[in-house]
Amino acid sequence: MTFSPELEARFARMLRNYPPGRQKGALIPMLLYAQDETGAVTPELVQEVANRLSVKPVEVEEVIGFYSMLRRKPMGKYHVQVCTNISCLLTGGEELFEHACRKLGIGNREVTPDGQFSLEEVECMGACSWAPAVEVNYDFHHKMTPEKFDQLIDSLAKRQ
Amino acid sequence: MLFNEPHPLEVKVLTRRFEYPNAEPIGIDRFLATRGYEGFRKALGMTPEQIIDEVKKSNLRGRGGAGFPTGMKWSFVPRQSPKPKYIVVNADESEPGTCKDRIILENDPHRLIEGVLIAARAINASRGWIYIRGEYRYLIAVVDKAIEEAYQHGFLGENIQGSGWTFHLSTHSGAGAYECGEESALLNSLEGLRGNPRLKPPFPATSGAFQCPTVLNNVETYSAVPDIILNGGEWYSNLGTPKNGGTRLFCLSGHVNRPGVYELPMGFNLLRLINEVGGGVRGGRKLKAVIPGGSSCPVLKAEECDLPMDHESLAKIGSMLGSGGVVVMDETTDMVKAMFRIMKFYAHESCGWCIPCREGTAWLKKLLGRLDEGLGVSTDIDLANELARNMLGKTFCALGDAAAMPTISFVEKFRGEFEAKLKSAQAQAPVPGAQPLAVL
Ligand SMILES: Cc1cc2nc3c(=O)[nH]c(=O)nc-3n(C[C@H](O)[C@H](O)[C@H](O)COP(=O)(O)O)c2cc1C
Ligand code: FES
Repeated sequence: MTFSPELEARFARMLRNYPPGRQKGALIPMLLYAQDETGAVTPELVQEVANRLSVKPVEVEEVIGFYSMLRRKPMGKYHVQVCTNISCLLTGGEELFEHACRKLGIGNREVTPDGQFSLEEVECMGACSWAPAVEVNYDFHHKMTPEKFDQLIDSLAKRQ
Repeated sequence: MLFNEPHPLEVKVLTRRFEYPNAEPIGIDRFLATRGYEGFRKALGMTPEQIIDEVKKSNLRGRGGAGFPTGMKWSFVPRQSPKPKYIVVNADESEPGTCKDRIILENDPHRLIEGVLIAARAINASRGWIYIRGEYRYLIAVVDKAIEEAYQHGFLGENIQGSGWTFHLSTHSGAGAYECGEESALLNSLEGLRGNPRLKPPFPATSGAFQCPTVLNNVETYSAVPDIILNGGEWYSNLGTPKNGGTRLFCLSGHVNRPGVYELPMGFNLLRLINEVGGGVRGGRKLKAVIPGGSSCPVLKAEECDLPMDHESLAKIGSMLGSGGVVVMDETTDMVKAMFRIMKFYAHESCGWCIPCREGTAWLKKLLGRLDEGLGVSTDIDLANELARNMLGKTFCALGDAAAMPTISFVEKFRGEFEAKLKSAQAQAPVPGAQPLAVL
């Protein structure tokens, strides 16, 4: 497998960041960065990362289930994550998540039929003072309301 | 970007370079123009003992949650060990209610790098990692850029500022796991393993990253160090209370008029924080309860909140200062629901390594869930309390305690609300076979 030139350059740098013989340290970040390009941690990706880090494929397999951001199946082009943890709960996060289900017509960890959107109820994402918070892929949206949520989704839908 | 207006009562050390509203992280030029890396230059002329002494004098305590004295932690590293020594920054920030490391990384990344350099000098480290939670991808980009600038200006790499000393630093992304904020689980994750905790001792100071002596601190802890070296430990200590030096970032969230992250002296009164800095409870409602330092800390009833925010004062009333996440709950808050949501988090995040935590959080989630739905039975309340008490102190890391302690406090302090849900359920006498209310 090959990745984008930027990612290849990043991987080359990453391998130098761990002590000699301990390049397995790069495993988890490498999987996440690669997943951003492949959409999911596929069997080929497992083999590829295992080769690059000189570890057994099973050593890659065993971390995948542990980290909630790593996934075996692709999510939507826009992965919408709504926090409902305590600070967001107190400021309408749960209602916002229900609203998101209705707006997108999908439930938790589901993908719209056209593959454009997916939805996930997530744990605290470090935006508690600006709650309720939503993260789309890696972009934060603070102090969300159902209206702002609709605008966000509509503008993303137009962008496709 | 800073997300909230500063408040006149703030004492700005960590945030002294911040401007509101500013769109850009502070780059190296502006950093250098505002005494940036001067603390580090000064440290280069000091012995490791002198650096550690100054940090001890400052009474700086860990800002990640446990409040361990930082200078003492650094002094545990065996500097004569032939192994390489490492620095690890905990930027996993996932304690519910906590959003402070983020604003340091975002606004003043060089401050963190400078703090790391001083710590590295104190233990003669050769390399460091900044472990940043995966969801903070845009911050990884900000910090990577700052690291690159620091290399270009000779603050990282070989022969730093002509001292002959070599130190390398890089970011390392997490991938979604609260448990990886726990120091030993973080170290496993850094080695490419599942983030399960390690048996302690040995502590990281003797056997940390890649089994080498390691100093591991929170972002905010390192970020306080440049000004401590620059202005002296005593100066910093005097900003706070006798055993709690300096200032810290309080993340105010929930039912307040002006939620935000505010830098205040240690020992600042909690009620003043809510009413003066935070502009009071939203909608003029009455205060019901406060979680003083992230969801792992036992909850305080409104009448308990007139107290200084320092480690001892909170310990005295059976809670903790924790990570600085102050979650304010007004009179309308459904405490059963709030506790259920908190437990859902711990059950999701328990790494499964220790049975009391894995099973305890799962059962507590079920119990609290059915209490919240109005489907509980009268023994559930005591059972929840007993279950939680049986988890205390029985696990490798503190996640089990972090789940049990709030449960005990919610159940004991707001027992009436748990009982009311039972009563209302009984009054409605559910029709056999009726669908329970949907719980998300
Ligand atoms: C379950 C759990 C999660 C934790 N999460 C974090 C975290 O996200 N950030 C952090 O700095 N410390 C966290 N800690 C505390 C760390 O284990 C450790 O005490 C801290 O990073 C040490 O740095 P300090 O002395 O500067 O506070 C967590 C602890 C536990 C038990
Ligand atoms: S609780 Fe939602 S971002 Fe922290």
